[in-house]
Amino acid sequence: MSDTTAAEATPSTVEVTIDGVAVDAQPGELVIAAAERAGVHIPRFCYHERMSSVGMCRMCLVEIDTGRGPQLQASCMVQVSPQMVVDTTSERTQRAQEGVLEMLLINHPLDCPVCDKGGECPLQDQTMAYGPGESRFVEEKRHFPKPIPISELVHLDRERCILCDRCTRFADEIAGDPLIDFTERGNETQVLTFPGEPFSSYFSGNTVQICPVGALTAAPYRFKARPWDLAQTESTCTTCAVGCRIAIQSSRNELVRCLGVDIDPVNHGWLCDKGRFAYGSVGSPERVTRPMQARSGGRVADIAEVEPMRNFEPSDWARALDAVAAAIKTARPGAIAVLGGARGTNEDAYAWSKLARTVLGTNHVDAQLGDGLAADITVGLGTATIDDACTADTTLLVCGDLREELPVLQLRLRGAARSGSTRLVEISPTETGLTRDAARSERCRGGEAAAVLRDLLDGDDPLSDELAAGSVVVVLGRSSVAESAEAAAEVASVLADRVPHAKFLVAARRGNVRGALDMGLSPGLLPGRSLSADPTPALAAVWGELPPEPGHDAAGILAAAAAGDIDVLFLLGADPLTDFPDSVLARLGVAGARTVVAVDTFLNQSTIEADIFLPAAAFGEKSGTTTNFEGRVSELSELVTAPGSSRPDWMIAAELAMLCDADLGFVSVSEITAEIAAVCETHAEAMGSPVDGDGVLVSGAAFEPALPPAHVAPPRDAYGLRLVCNRKLYDGGVTVAQTPALASLRAETALRVHPIDLERVGVASGTEVEVHSERGALRLPIVADSGVGRHNAVLAFPSPELDVGALIDATATVTDVRIETRGTQEPAP
Amino acid sequence: MASYTIPHAPGFVANDAPRIVTERFDDPASFTLERYLATGGYDGLRAALERPPDEVHSEVRDATLLGRGGAGFPAGVKWGFCPPGVWPRYLVVNGDESEPGTYKDRLLMELDPHQLIEGCLIACYAVGLSQCFLYIRGEMALAQERVAQALNEAYEAGWVGRNICGTDFSVDIVLHSGAGAYVVGEETALIESLEGNRGMPRLKPPYFPAAIGLYGLPTIVNNVETLSNLPWIMRNGAEAFTAIGTSTSPGTRMIAVSGHVQRPGVYEITNGTTTFRDLIYGEDYCRGMHPGRELKAFVPGGGSAPWFTPAQLDLPFEASEVGPQGSMLGSGAVMVMDDTTDIPAAALTLTKFYAHESCGKCVPCREGATWLERVLRRVCDGTGTPRDLDVLLEVGASISPGDFPHAAVPERGLEAKPFPYQMTTICFVGPSAFAPVHSALTLFPEEFEARVAANAHLDAELSGDPVSEVPVSV
Amino acid sequence: MSFFTEENRALAGEIIGRYPKRRSAMIPLLHVAQGQAGWVTPEAMTEIAELVDTTPAEVLGTCSFYEMFKREPVGKYLVNICVTMSCALAGAVELMEHAEERLGVRAGGTTPDGMFTLASAECQAACTEAPCLQVNYRYRYRVDTEGFDQLIDDLASGSLEGEIPQHGITARVRQRIPEDRMVGAVPPAEVNEAPVWLAVPAPNGAGSS
Repeated sequence: MSDTTAAEATPSTVEVTIDGVAVDAQPGELVIAAAERAGVHIPRFCYHERMSSVGMCRMCLVEIDTGRGPQLQASCMVQVSPQMVVDTTSERTQRAQEGVLEMLLINHPLDCPVCDKGGECPLQDQTMAYGPGESRFVEEKRHFPKPIPISELVHLDRERCILCDRCTRFADEIAGDPLIDFTERGNETQVLTFPGEPFSSYFSGNTVQICPVGALTAAPYRFKARPWDLAQTESTCTTCAVGCRIAIQSSRNELVRCLGVDIDPVNHGWLCDKGRFAYGSVGSPERVTRPMQARSGGRVADIAEVEPMRNFEPSDWARALDAVAAAIKTARPGAIAVLGGARGTNEDAYAWSKLARTVLGTNHVDAQLGDGLAADITVGLGTATIDDACTADTTLLVCGDLREELPVLQLRLRGAARSGSTRLVEISPTETGLTRDAARSERCRGGEAAAVLRDLLDGDDPLSDELAAGSVVVVLGRSSVAESAEAAAEVASVLADRVPHAKFLVAARRGNVRGALDMGLSPGLLPGRSLSADPTPALAAVWGELPPEPGHDAAGILAAAAAGDIDVLFLLGADPLTDFPDSVLARLGVAGARTVVAVDTFLNQSTIEADIFLPAAAFGEKSGTTTNFEGRVSELSELVTAPGSSRPDWMIAAELAMLCDADLGFVSVSEITAEIAAVCETHAEAMGSPVDGDGVLVSGAAFEPALPPAHVAPPRDAYGLRLVCNRKLYDGGVTVAQTPALASLRAETALRVHPIDLERVGVASGTEVEVHSERGALRLPIVADSGVGRHNAVLAFPSPELDVGALIDATATVTDVRIETRGTQEPAP
Repeated sequence: MASYTIPHAPGFVANDAPRIVTERFDDPASFTLERYLATGGYDGLRAALERPPDEVHSEVRDATLLGRGGAGFPAGVKWGFCPPGVWPRYLVVNGDESEPGTYKDRLLMELDPHQLIEGCLIACYAVGLSQCFLYIRGEMALAQERVAQALNEAYEAGWVGRNICGTDFSVDIVLHSGAGAYVVGEETALIESLEGNRGMPRLKPPYFPAAIGLYGLPTIVNNVETLSNLPWIMRNGAEAFTAIGTSTSPGTRMIAVSGHVQRPGVYEITNGTTTFRDLIYGEDYCRGMHPGRELKAFVPGGGSAPWFTPAQLDLPFEASEVGPQGSMLGSGAVMVMDDTTDIPAAALTLTKFYAHESCGKCVPCREGATWLERVLRRVCDGTGTPRDLDVLLEVGASISPGDFPHAAVPERGLEAKPFPYQMTTICFVGPSAFAPVHSALTLFPEEFEARVAANAHLDAELSGDPVSEVPVSV
Repeated sequence: MSFFTEENRALAGEIIGRYPKRRSAMIPLLHVAQGQAGWVTPEAMTEIAELVDTTPAEVLGTCSFYEMFKREPVGKYLVNICVTMSCALAGAVELMEHAEERLGVRAGGTTPDGMFTLASAECQAACTEAPCLQVNYRYRYRVDTEGFDQLIDDLASGSLEGEIPQHGITARVRQRIPEDRMVGAVPPAEVNEAPVWLAVPAPNGAGSS
């Protein structure tokens, strides 16, 4: 290997002396980082290991001798060099640190008793450890009005600010949203937004976390708690499938804050605002906390609009579960189906998978709601990790807008592209959050990414040589729910023979969808990444006989239900009326099932139709494990007790089994974890022993996924536009709706088209028009957006106010729409 | 040509010393291409183009042309710091002259812009710099107009741009006007500013601009006067250049002398040999103090430099002699104070300047310079206390720890503390705010003590110590 | 809709084209904006952000760092009196007091008729000609109180209009690079070798580095 010669050319370590102790540092390592690894903490405010050094606060000054005598130097700016001698405790170092702290405090308001940061404040802590005892400053301090909201989520107190450049650097370097910057100069310097343009970054909450003083505070947490009163545990965020490591904190049995934890393979300490603030939905007063059963006489539609609970009457677990068991017992064979399971733990998913197969006797289970890729592709194709994507010579993005779907993956990829460690090539119907950082960004019609890629690779475009020459990771996903899963997966078929060495990272989106599929919540899969048709001996030994009939996926289940062929439909944390792309089919399906059983935390469009509602425990209320989109298993922790009589999903499954005269074989989460380890060879390591913060990557599958056949591009409607339904981070889903801090951030829905296409439509941007598909019609404003590729019409899905799914046909490869302008009104100027 | 009249920039005073960069200053049309070409203009460039670039570089190295911006580092050596094989490389011309007391680059740009342009071209040719940015201080409207006019003429005439003089040498010179920020004179801040950012220094040792500069690429930052020397050197050779002045400080340099002298002005002096006494008292130069006045102190090298008193008058303009005596030659500016000067007030004008011009990046400068200004202002106002004088020195020590350089005070038995100083900041603005305070307090402590003596009792009150024993009945 | 006039938009394009990276044009464009409106308006900053491919917040960050950019309207004439050392030694403080009295505003203020904004300025590089001041960055040297009064009278009467343009316009002569002479700015990433003249042997046959 060439590593050997490289190692000879540059020594692998640099020996330096820090406080009299010889330390082996990495070449190029900063003194402050080398000291940290050697157990010597150098105080700092502006230095942050995940951002570039600026040397601004001067707190980390230490005496460094590189052969020309000791000099005070900022240890965050100086790289180690051979024979360097560092003294972090010399008298001169101490005097410099005292001096800096005194200077920092002269204009600081010292309002610690009313400051959210009090008790966990680096300025407070370092003043105690390194500061002078008293101040010689007798002048008037700097004053600013305080605090000012710089976004709906973040408040800024400029008097407390020590101008360390952490928030502004983060916004620019990491988030790519430089909406805050230093303004003015010298002693007048202050952080500000541009007037009228708030710091509306999806990542704004990180600035609060890294602020070394109480200058930036998070609106949802302001004055909520004191650090010393908080209970805390480490866990994993399940808001999306990235699986960021987090610390969740509670006060008086209520989740009050969520902080990012730095792990190398995943989130580097960062979180998106949805992940950071979604804990608000856990404590929402709208939570359903006791079992309910539909009122006899059925749904009262007009009342339900204003008072959804009126559809139900309170029940209790005994009566509600009896009713469910009765429905199960009277169901026809093969007429029970389970939709959902992607929002729970791996243990929940395993329990429901086992319940369905061994007690309910059905393979009609699907954790996906028709909005992902085929389950076998999600489980079997993806072998790449986030790190792989960040270090591949080329990373090909053929997926949704990662900024909206998997925000922290976007941060990682953006950082990698900017540092030059990978080269991003994107094929998408619209510009995305990574377009600016991509070496190349190609627009395609919705559903035709594979065709564009094929043309590039088969033509004389340099891309084919570039892909052939180096490592390639493909981030594969559905860029639109209005295109079929097969159309999206066709990219893999195109690459299979042209770039056989390409590795895939499947951009599954919903919380624990990967874990649910790994646990067999898919008609074709069984726990341990094996096919239903081919159970492993270990599984067969524990599960016994399995239902012989193949199962339906979500679309099949809903179609069967619509046809009257489903007697009991379980909605396991699933809201098909909101999330299934074809809302007409979803409505017919939910209405057509004889008995609908909802296991959920909230009433939503689908669960309001339920006959029996079983309240489930939510995030932070149960322990277990979760699996991110890479296949990384990490732990979830319980910090607060579930409200009312809510229970974890697995427990409901176990009790139902008992009422059906069966026994799932476990009465605790740890027993389920152990059983998974025993029956899933793939998960033996991940589930067999406690995992650390980094989690354990589960690799391999017992099968090769079936790639869809490469077919010709779908027919184009010459007069119409291709419908592209993409995701927004703040969407029409229940998590955002039930999180007070986020609900107001949802954008209004508009149809976005390229300015040239709008010109062809012949109306002004902002005009309300009618959008027609073969399936249905919607009335909404149309706006010009030069980021949208030609011939596309882009709509956010799901929308908080519009039934976008009414336009989509789940069985079609793509959906084309026409714009009608009859009776339209131009917007007021 | 502009239709309005441009007043001839005053300030320059000719003398008998050799003239290298001010040769054309007496000519009222010195700034036109026509006059420039008639007086040997662009001959230096032509001479350079006749030779391979590395020979031109060697010639400049041999001339020991010291940078005239303040640090005095040899230009030819600086050019050599560009890492081999990294392209493109840029030239950034530092025309952001704003050091208090400094007034020479403006004259060079206003009166002989073509000489500067020719110097830029020679540097670009020698080092392979493919684009030049000529950064002129924002407030210098006339200099911007004269340089713009000269560039327009030079482009039209084929001296700048593509295939200069019919050779393969092609370079654009882009005029870039600043917008008012002293700190941008610091070369890394200058680069930040040129990139469209706030002009905050970004010094990251060991990477200096020659290695990682504009857009992260090798960048030579040279001062206007430095570059203006190059045409002469190319015309006359390094040997002729080093024949003027001393071997360690050859050539001439421009010095602005301001303050309480009879004939303030900008003089081109012989480097290395001319002394402060020559300059301040010489008949050919400033002709001494106004009648009946005595020299009290002078700032030898721009507002950042520690002050000298008459005891240092015989030092020459030679860094190796001035440094050990506690100050620096800096940017070629001498500010003279006579015996009527209110020393604390004079120091305040400078400290206020640096506090105002602090970029705000480093905490000790951002907070400390303003703190110094506010305390010093109270002392000047008569509301300071003796404790404030200690505070001034203590705050200064947080910006520049250790012994701050100062001149010898023989009558008090105080020996000189040599240059340079240590600092807790990235650039020199912070210590520069302290330099006048430290000099004034060290050289003229009695003027400060007199201002605060009446308020001695306040210190005791503030510290909470009992002011006096008052019998209290219980 | 657009802030810049058509002429200035074209000029902005020309200026941007001189730099290897668009953002470098930010300060020059702020000057163009200030020249057009007399001060830098929020609309100008928003438009410049678009032109140089950044956010208005970053334009504000840069704009507010530099003394010359005024983010509120100022008088037609900005009178900057230098108060740094050399000028102070020559009576700048007294000159400022006189100016405040004459104009009826404190340093930093604008006269009610919008003609004059008085400001104390830092060293203007005319130290040998102290005390000095600038009116819209045009120098006046060795200004005494009578000279100051005369200057104000002349400005008010309009007799200096030919020499001193209104605030915002600094240099009236602009650099114009003829297209056929311009080498052109190249994005740094697109250059990876030495310029041709370094590679070509010089006329006398000597090699070069």
